[in-house]
Amino acid sequence: MSTLPDGRYIDDAPFDPDENINRLDRADMDAPNWLLVWRKFRRHRLGLLSGAFLLFSYLMLPVAGFIAPYTPAERNADHLYAPPQAIKLFHEGRFVGPFVYPRTATADLENFRWTYETDRTRPMPLEFFCEGSEYRLAGLIRSDTHLFCAPQGATVFLWGSDRLGRDVFSRILYGAQLSLTVGLIGITVSFILGIGFGSIAGYFGGKTDWIIQRTIEILRSLPELPLWLALSAAVPSNWGPVAVFFIISIILGILDWPGLARAVRSKFLSLREEEYVRAAEMMGASSGRVIRRHLLPNFVSHLIASATLSIPAMILGETALSFLGLGLRAPAVSWGVMLNDAQNLASIEIYPWTAIPMLPIIVVVLAFNFLGDDLRDSLDPYES
Amino acid sequence: MTILRYAIYRFLTMLLTLVVVSVMVFVIINLPPGDYLSNQINELRATGQSQGVAQAEFLRTEYALDRPLWEQYLIWVGFAPGPNGFSGLLQGDFGWSFEFDQPVADIVGGALWMTVLVNLSAVLFVYMVALPLGVIAAARSKTWVDYTAAFVGYLGLATPNFLLALILFYYGNKYFNLPIGGLMDPAFEGEPMSWEKVKSVLVHMIVPTFVIGTSGAAAMMQRLRANLLDELGKPYVETAQAKGLSPSRMLTKYPLRMAFNPFVADIGNLLPAMVSGSVLVSVVLGLQTIGPALLAALKSQDQFLAGFVLMFVALLTLVGTMISDVLLVLLDPRIRYGARET
Repeated sequence: MSTLPDGRYIDDAPFDPDENINRLDRADMDAPNWLLVWRKFRRHRLGLLSGAFLLFSYLMLPVAGFIAPYTPAERNADHLYAPPQAIKLFHEGRFVGPFVYPRTATADLENFRWTYETDRTRPMPLEFFCEGSEYRLAGLIRSDTHLFCAPQGATVFLWGSDRLGRDVFSRILYGAQLSLTVGLIGITVSFILGIGFGSIAGYFGGKTDWIIQRTIEILRSLPELPLWLALSAAVPSNWGPVAVFFIISIILGILDWPGLARAVRSKFLSLREEEYVRAAEMMGASSGRVIRRHLLPNFVSHLIASATLSIPAMILGETALSFLGLGLRAPAVSWGVMLNDAQNLASIEIYPWTAIPMLPIIVVVLAFNFLGDDLRDSLDPYES
Repeated sequence: MTILRYAIYRFLTMLLTLVVVSVMVFVIINLPPGDYLSNQINELRATGQSQGVAQAEFLRTEYALDRPLWEQYLIWVGFAPGPNGFSGLLQGDFGWSFEFDQPVADIVGGALWMTVLVNLSAVLFVYMVALPLGVIAAARSKTWVDYTAAFVGYLGLATPNFLLALILFYYGNKYFNLPIGGLMDPAFEGEPMSWEKVKSVLVHMIVPTFVIGTSGAAAMMQRLRANLLDELGKPYVETAQAKGLSPSRMLTKYPLRMAFNPFVADIGNLLPAMVSGSVLVSVVLGLQTIGPALLAALKSQDQFLAGFVLMFVALLTLVGTMISDVLLVLLDPRIRYGARET
């Protein structure tokens, strides 16, 4: 604080002329919307991490065959219900590189189980970029090179093997291809129906609105799972796995749209009174054009956030259906189909690793939830 | 009495909804080609047993399965006379289960009450858990209490119900000696009601209630927390604090009441999810609810049984939603009766 000659007081602190300018006028607030959203989203650590994880998971899908040491149907008749195996680096205090100890199975005729003996004297190094069973990269390119595979005479069951001696780890990777895409297809169906019906109801109002509203109410008041069960029981059992997969995803989507349609409708009800909508109509734009070009872009980002939050429900739905034997069926590999093996208490007690597919389910569902929540939080960049 | 009028109006809309639902249910059940009897007839023909064919054909006419679909529907609901006069759902005749060779009413009889019981206790569980946790999470927001509650809630949402059921059963039995499977001790089945039986049922209900309720409780807790946080930011809260009201009294007297409405209204979302969950969990845990009957009926196209179970499940949710709507109007005078004029 200092005093001017005429007796007035003045603050010594440096003066920032920008301080009182409206936040909107500041340069960093002049960026395009997506950049603002991204800047805000970047601050949510958990959401960012979840997004990165999901991106990684989806990018992995086409090359799942390359990462997995085995193919999903590959049987190891000598290693039924083998417990998980660790990949080790040091043998008797000496660095060997990644290796496994070979195991031999003996039948325990008293308890009718297989018991496994690990031979700790012979470390067998893993092979990399080696030849294994044939698979198709992204479903198109034939290949038989795997990232890593077991040396001759040993196995590499990272997460154990199931009742037919198939590698659980490899099957989880292959299962991800179906389990993770079910949500995407389902959400697409749900989006098309939800946005379609929601915008028609909200934009036109009146009788159309009334009918769509009642339909939504009825669909929302019904328990989902019994309906899913009934609809998937109607899928003919002689259809191939791919057809069943598509129809299941579509069923999941068909029952999901009402929630979305309601959100879209209420937005439309308020937005259709805006001046720019009237202006567009005056200039002779058709209803379709007004909806698509002027109304929908307003809240597409909100829709994406809400979609992120409803994908997990579909993943869980597919799992539940397959688990009950009404969803995807045996030759197809999905996490739900795999869990079908862990259906009884005995297998959870004796072979706990057959329940491992629940871990990716939980992690993926959590990731979608965190990502969706944080996306929703950061969609309004002007709000602090 | 406006509230009475509203209740009646709500009841009538529920009946209408139920009619639409019955059409939907009937269509869905008849989606797969053929029916139980025609499948059976084909099978018998293929194996050359002509004796059974006549009997199956007789049953087909007896249950009007040879008529066009819309007639079948009317007869099933009881709007139109069947081969034996009016005998549909409305008249209390739920039809015949071909799979079990018994009237549907006999198969699901006791299971209906068990279904209601399981779902009711799950709803109670949700409220009892979500209310205190949600309030604490909001009152102590951004502290470890909040984060822990949120994390547990997320985990509850993300774990598939049926797996949770299996795991809890396993550990519950191992460490707390909780019974596995079923809704009561086998010794009490068919016995008249007694204290011992009630106790047995209660002990058996612990794990199913927990499993069915968890995801609902998690969702409910998050919503209550969000609502309460919204309310806590409002000026009247500041006024109350400035006047020196103690925090706990302030919280329970004003914001909690406001945040409570969605809590009741939410049962419309909660109930369908819980009934779904209970069907799935019942199948996995072998509870004597209608879940396992539904699954078996759907798999074998036993249409009267499947249709009845689906209708019952829908009725359960619709009645629950109706009650919650009426309760909400009683609770919050600001909610207007009837439709909003826009």
